[in-house]
Amino acid sequence: MIFALIVGASVGSAAGYLGSIMVSKHMALVGDALSHVALPGLALGILFNFNPFVGAFALLAATAVATWQIQKSTSLPMESIIGVLFVLALAIGILITPQVELYEALFGNISAVTLYDSIIAAVVSVAVIFVTRAIYDKIVLSMISKELAVSSRIKVDQIQLVYLLLVATIVAVGIKEVGTLLVGAVVIVPAVAARIASKTLRTYSLLSLVFGIVSATFGVVVSNYLGVPAGPMVVIIGAVIFAAGLGLSLFYPRIQKRVEIIQPTLKESEKELEPTK
Amino acid sequence: MAIADRQQEHSGVPQRVEPKDVLAVSDLCVRSQDKTILQNVSFGVKKGSTLAIVGPNGGGKTTLFRALLNLVPYSGTIKWSEEGRRIGYVPQTLITTDLPISVEEFLRLKCKTDFESCLNLVDLEKGILKQSLGSLSGGELQRVLIAWAIVENPGVLLFDEPTSGVDIGAEEPIYSKVSHLARDSGVTILLISHNMHVVMHYSDYVLALNRQPLFYGKTSSTSHSKLLSIIYGGEFDQSEHEGQRE
Repeated sequence: MIFALIVGASVGSAAGYLGSIMVSKHMALVGDALSHVALPGLALGILFNFNPFVGAFALLAATAVATWQIQKSTSLPMESIIGVLFVLALAIGILITPQVELYEALFGNISAVTLYDSIIAAVVSVAVIFVTRAIYDKIVLSMISKELAVSSRIKVDQIQLVYLLLVATIVAVGIKEVGTLLVGAVVIVPAVAARIASKTLRTYSLLSLVFGIVSATFGVVVSNYLGVPAGPMVVIIGAVIFAAGLGLSLFYPRIQKRVEIIQPTLKESEKELEPTK
Repeated sequence: MAIADRQQEHSGVPQRVEPKDVLAVSDLCVRSQDKTILQNVSFGVKKGSTLAIVGPNGGGKTTLFRALLNLVPYSGTIKWSEEGRRIGYVPQTLITTDLPISVEEFLRLKCKTDFESCLNLVDLEKGILKQSLGSLSGGELQRVLIAWAIVENPGVLLFDEPTSGVDIGAEEPIYSKVSHLARDSGVTILLISHNMHVVMHYSDYVLALNRQPLFYGKTSSTSHSKLLSIIYGGEFDQSEHEGQRE
């Protein structure tokens, strides 16, 4: 299980960090849909006897580039383009993936994670985090105003492509553990949970990363204990964090108000008990 | 007099641009989906001057800025001098003000060093740095955007209706600040505005656009009512009713 934990922590951190951008760009569904595109790539690797995850990454990267190019050429929203490509990929993937491997491809298998997988996941995740940090400010500015970004000499289109390729990379690395059906949620759910608790960008990006690690590692531990697939447990832990954050954000103002009412009352009581001079 | 004849009489559209202009635009055309948005736009902007761009909604003013920023494909030529390579752009508004980003973080996206002097220039207190961008009033946001634009000493400032969404009482201080900036630091300013009072008081040159140039010349060579007449047709008597037809 140690290898699975290393993969979980690595992928969870990078996915959470990337997710903070994805949610801010209103691309949450894009992240989820993109992950399904990996399925036919996995299937081709199994059928033609090469590393299935190389196939998954190749198809994810090709889809990222195709999406970027189609959006540039047509101005269609990215969600619409990904929506078409994802259902097509899922349909083809279900048809061509051998039945024996289909369950594992959709939901992952933490017991199949090896030392090699954990080293790859750690190295790739660190690289993804570094590259994301390098382009983070540029992406944020292009989200706020494309005109401001261009006037600051930011190559907005190229940055968008780099970002999509980073998402494709981390999805490919996370597939073995979580499966193609739910790996997108590893990108989105921690970021949505972090959004509730964040008032600044720094807090938001760091919390997304932390929640990503927590949901992935706890998900792996609980799934191993219960003997169920890791993917659903990672998502459920992430959703629990989201629900906890939501509850705190709803009730904390009331608690704070209650404290403010009680404190003056206590001070008045203290004054009454003071001996008169 | 027919509108076309009136436009010909007042056009003052330059036939060539001067070699020492900060910006030289020649025969600019922008088309989108077989529709002409701008055509035959030519003008020059001198260093340190303020050019106001006016015209009806849909006349191509913002498209002109987008072409100057190379955000839309165009034909014709746009030439910037060295000063023009440092552009500060102030948009009307921002796309994503619900992003959890503070004013300080927003300014640090552009400048990592001291920017508090820029806040002073636009009369903003240091305390605003900790506020979220989405929580600012219209006037505060515009001042922050102006601070953003000037933070790295640009040679040219592009203002796209900088007081849209701002209370009427708050407009004058913003334009006054912009005017002081131009005068004190020699920055060249291009300003889109619907406010003729602002155009007449704060600009040196004016370009009236309605998909093509209707007028280009010194502000002092025209008047409020003449400009309205050129843009919208009809006669406007400024002395009795501002902007109303007779």
